[in-house]
Amino acid sequence: MSGRLQRQETRAAFGFISPWVVGFLLFTAGPMVASLVLSFTDYSIVDTAHGVGLANYRELAEDPRVRTALTNTVVYALLYVPAATVVALGLALLLHRVGRAAGFFRTAFYLPVMTPAVAAGAMFLLLLNGQRGLLNEVLGWFGVQGPSWTTDPTWMKPSLAVVSLWAVGGSVVIYLAALKNVPVALHEAAMLDGAGPVRRFWHVTVPMISGAIFFGVVTHTIAALQMFDQAYTMFYGPQQKASASDSSLVYMVYLFQNAFQYFRMGYASALAWLLFVIILVVTVVQVRIGNRFVHYEGSRS
Amino acid sequence: MATTWRRWLVVVPVVALAGCAGVGGNRGRDEVVSSKDDAQSSWAGRATGSMTTMGFGGEDEVGQSRVQAFKTANPDVDVTVNPGGFDAQQFLTALASGNPPDVVSMDRTLIGSYAAKGAIQPLDDCIAGQGIDASQYRPAAMRSVTYDGHPYGIPEFSIVQTDLVDAKTLEAEGVDPSQIQTRDWDALAATATKLYRADGSNIQRIGFDPKLPDSFPLWAKINGVDIVGEDGAPHLDDPKAVEALEYTVGLVEAQGGWTKFKSFRDSFDIFGADNPLTLGTITAFPMENWYVNVLRDSIPRGLELESEIITDRQGQPVSMLGGSAWVIPKGAKNPVAACQWAKTMTSTDTWMKAAEARMQTVEKDKSFFTGLFTANTEADEQIREQYLTQAPDPGFAHAIDNYYSVLDKATAVNPSPAGAEIDAAWQSAVSRALEGIPAAQALQQAQGEAESAYEKAAR
Repeated sequence: MSGRLQRQETRAAFGFISPWVVGFLLFTAGPMVASLVLSFTDYSIVDTAHGVGLANYRELAEDPRVRTALTNTVVYALLYVPAATVVALGLALLLHRVGRAAGFFRTAFYLPVMTPAVAAGAMFLLLLNGQRGLLNEVLGWFGVQGPSWTTDPTWMKPSLAVVSLWAVGGSVVIYLAALKNVPVALHEAAMLDGAGPVRRFWHVTVPMISGAIFFGVVTHTIAALQMFDQAYTMFYGPQQKASASDSSLVYMVYLFQNAFQYFRMGYASALAWLLFVIILVVTVVQVRIGNRFVHYEGSRS
Repeated sequence: MATTWRRWLVVVPVVALAGCAGVGGNRGRDEVVSSKDDAQSSWAGRATGSMTTMGFGGEDEVGQSRVQAFKTANPDVDVTVNPGGFDAQQFLTALASGNPPDVVSMDRTLIGSYAAKGAIQPLDDCIAGQGIDASQYRPAAMRSVTYDGHPYGIPEFSIVQTDLVDAKTLEAEGVDPSQIQTRDWDALAATATKLYRADGSNIQRIGFDPKLPDSFPLWAKINGVDIVGEDGAPHLDDPKAVEALEYTVGLVEAQGGWTKFKSFRDSFDIFGADNPLTLGTITAFPMENWYVNVLRDSIPRGLELESEIITDRQGQPVSMLGGSAWVIPKGAKNPVAACQWAKTMTSTDTWMKAAEARMQTVEKDKSFFTGLFTANTEADEQIREQYLTQAPDPGFAHAIDNYYSVLDKATAVNPSPAGAEIDAAWQSAVSRALEGIPAAQALQQAQGEAESAYEKAAR
């Protein structure tokens, strides 16, 4: 390729990518940098910001509600991520086997993703009601006394995880696409070697879709650590103030309270950066560990 | 050279974005006028131009007739009424972007915090410039919008509480309505337990709901203490507040315990035909005046309403006074129109037009008027005299009378620069107590959190 052509192609490439670069700088990188600056100030949204050095970060270490909110969020993530992975994979396997009307079922399972999180939260408050909810009604048919899902501190985070599963359709679509890419020849070869459905699942399907599963785990973890919508609707909305308790306080709700209820945008920015660092560390650890188990097509291993 | 270029690439967006985010911006305080007369005259005169409102739903006939009253009185003002209730995030981001609405309707409990942060303007000059008669507003309502000696809002509605009672259940259980009282706490606990019903672990009826956590300030008041002092400082761990919380948590424990009690309460269709008083799933609870308007539609379904005034332990009527107020944000572009709006929307004449519009709706629906509870004493008296004829249902008539009778006795939570944090602290404490933590310990922790926030805010 001549040098002139290469330069032309480089210019064209920059031209095509520039809308994204501009959008990223203005709407992602810019606000991130601004929030980093604000995290070293006492910015209240209303008044002039003054530099406070590391005071906000020192306060983070001493604030007992930060510890409470972080613990709740981590517990929720530990409940949600495995559950979301298993449920999404299970649904994808079922959809993979559907012959007729596959398009309809794919749409049906994806539709909940389009439902506003607030609406889903409100709906599940009724379904999970400990005294008159449908779930406990059904459990009652089998002689099981269901708990107070949304009011018992022990069950608040599990119920939040259940509500979040409602929107697992996005991962289902990704896993389904991965399942469709598993070569049939591999299954046939395994069958010839006498492998049953379970062994084929663990030794053919799972390794071949491990990249998609890993992607799902990483994105579910990030989403879980940033949980806000459902938690706010279920426990902190105008009609649900009575549910707000130490057990239902997740990190993003506490951040929101500081930013928009207590006029502490500087402190809220510090909270946001602490969460960013936590997510970064968790993701790096996941990538390090995940690379040992994930099969990449065409990789040297 | 390349290093310098890279350095500028980082610095320029940071500075630009910091500017966009409002760092260093303080437009409102720059708009200081030189003398008192100048200040007043800048708020005086005829309103013109365009203005926007925020936080004012106003879709019903009461809201619409008042907006129309303003438009008729101020034909030169182009008003845009943004629909929906007050949203703190929406308001603060509008403020930070330098494009705040001109006038905002917000809950009066927020005013202390917003005033302390400089988000809203003091209205002394608005009141003087537009000749607003502040004495027409209920004193407790004015007190709740006054921070550091200056009024920051023009009070709009009034919200008060009495105990609403399902008379049918009461009669069936042989309980006299006078036993729904807050003077003798042991007797009330006995009545609540008597009226409570459960089938195994499933609650079927709550006898008396103390309405925690929302009504904790009311119970503290019943026990003779304000949880926020005159100076705005929190007194959450006052022994009387602790005693009130211990007692009310005990009421909940005796009626199934918090997790079941709350689940049962969450299943209520408060605004619908199957509301708990009509279904008999709750017998009595402290409730606000607006609820009578909701319950009116349940009379054909057999609701028999009764009402008892809430008293302190010496038998004197008490109620918390809530409601909204009009405030003018810092940086409002048309403060004269905003001030005129606050004046017109809360004047006696405008309220009379609103009452007339409500009467027309009531007549069309073949229903009856349940009152219009404003923060304007004169308007309330005139509306009551002119429109509030005896309600056809004696229980409703009694309830409406009770609400009117406590209007002038009700007091508001004192405004505080850390009002939002104090609210959050006591709400968390009540939740902790309901979940089993001793009330004294829960309120001590809340007092620590609230005190720390108050000290920071008051600096």
